[in-house]
Amino acid sequence: MISQLSVEVREKAFPGADGKPRTVLHDVAFRMAPDEFVAIVGPSGCGKTTLLNLIAGLDRSFAGSVRIGERHPSAARIGYVFQSPRLLPWRTVYENIALVFPGAPDRAAILRLLDEVGLGEAADVHPARLSLGMARRAAIARAFAVEPELMLMDEPFASLDEATAERLRRLLLALWRSRPSAVLLVTHDLGEAVELADRILLMSNAPGRLLADLAVPLARERRGDRAAVEAARMEIRRKHRALLEAAMPECVVAQR
Amino acid sequence: MTASDLERREAAVGAPRPAAPGWLLRAASLAALLATWEIASRLGGARALPGIETVAVALVDEIARGGLLHHLGATLFRVVVAFLLAMLLGTAIGLAMGRWRSFDLLFDGWIILLLNVPALVVMILAYVWFGLTELAAIGAVAVNKLPLVAVTMREGARALERDYAELAEIFRIGAWRRLRHVILPQLAPFIMVATRSGLSLIWKIVLVVELLGRSDGIGFQLALYFQLFDVARILAYALSFIAVVQLVEWGILQPLDRRIGAWRR
Repeated sequence: MISQLSVEVREKAFPGADGKPRTVLHDVAFRMAPDEFVAIVGPSGCGKTTLLNLIAGLDRSFAGSVRIGERHPSAARIGYVFQSPRLLPWRTVYENIALVFPGAPDRAAILRLLDEVGLGEAADVHPARLSLGMARRAAIARAFAVEPELMLMDEPFASLDEATAERLRRLLLALWRSRPSAVLLVTHDLGEAVELADRILLMSNAPGRLLADLAVPLARERRGDRAAVEAARMEIRRKHRALLEAAMPECVVAQR
Repeated sequence: MTASDLERREAAVGAPRPAAPGWLLRAASLAALLATWEIASRLGGARALPGIETVAVALVDEIARGGLLHHLGATLFRVVVAFLLAMLLGTAIGLAMGRWRSFDLLFDGWIILLLNVPALVVMILAYVWFGLTELAAIGAVAVNKLPLVAVTMREGARALERDYAELAEIFRIGAWRRLRHVILPQLAPFIMVATRSGLSLIWKIVLVVELLGRSDGIGFQLALYFQLFDVARILAYALSFIAVVQLVEWGILQPLDRRIGAWRR
């Protein structure tokens, strides 16, 4: 397999409150193909965001290595959708995207992208006037605007109501189909992972380890199909019940 | 009450009450000030407080023959140079202090010391050490203002969002664009505070350095007419100076404020 991303984190620790290092990630290793969609699922606080920051090259103090297309992350084109939209409030939606656009901003291309995410009318609006759902759309558009080799998404649909989250998931799949890239999405929601991803990496409670690497039993074409998604979710639950309960007792029992 | 009355009433309740136009309020406030002045002058005696007309005549005369414009220009030049010096150096020092802890620890004591040295002491020492020169005058004013700028900008540097720095790093925003579009907009409110407080402080201090050791400028003229007890001319100079400060406020600071704050809801 040609790997777009290869991650090998032997250990990542932060200084704890008592001054002793506290391990947050331990032996996390996996690879991703260039057009693969992988979801990392795990309980809150298990180091998922830390892992994304290591992969993005923001944090370099850890034991191990990260390679994107055989290069250091700082040399790769990365799209990142943060947990909060992180739009610059003093720039309009259009200007926020133009700022990250590689090379001279191509106005037509940016407006087309905004149209695709349903923000065609909001191009000249400042972020303070956007709803959270719209701000998230803008953040997703910004991440795709850089034509990333690797797209990192950190709970991009958190704290949205379910209907809005569902619409945004469909939107993400549509964008990903028209602009293929490797996508690594972090979520605590197993259902979301099943709906979007080809593979699910299951992480344990802190310190985060990889518990399992599960293929999602659902063809890409059928991801819009609610019944098929639900069936795939039940199948994963049934087959990996013990694992899921070990990883995140509260999440598995609760229905989404 | 008819239906249209009701509608009108509802509209009046729903919409914000239409305020009197801003210019009208300003004009009224200015008129009240002038009236108070004129009355005080008549009651208190024109020698201590000349009336509006006397001051206006003195003002015209000073412009025509007394070189008011020259003195105003000299003062403005000192204000601008001292202001730019203090802002540039103070900003650089303040940002470095906010950014690097060791730098902060090294210079924090100095800044506190400088903040607490009376302006007059700095001026006298500057004149003693460097002579009654332009450089000493401007330098003394700048040194008075510098620590305030540094302290304000240190807060600005501390308030920089780490989130935005990460964003800039991941999306490969180059150093210049990062400074211009990510960092400066975050510092803008602090720069505005430093500018406003800086100008108001520098205006006043410049007059004192001029009074102590220069032979032109508004401060020098004020000292001269104080000795002659010519209150009309003192007021004429003071007013011309206030007018310039107001022009700067309306013409430069307020438009800047509006531009910087345009994105706020």
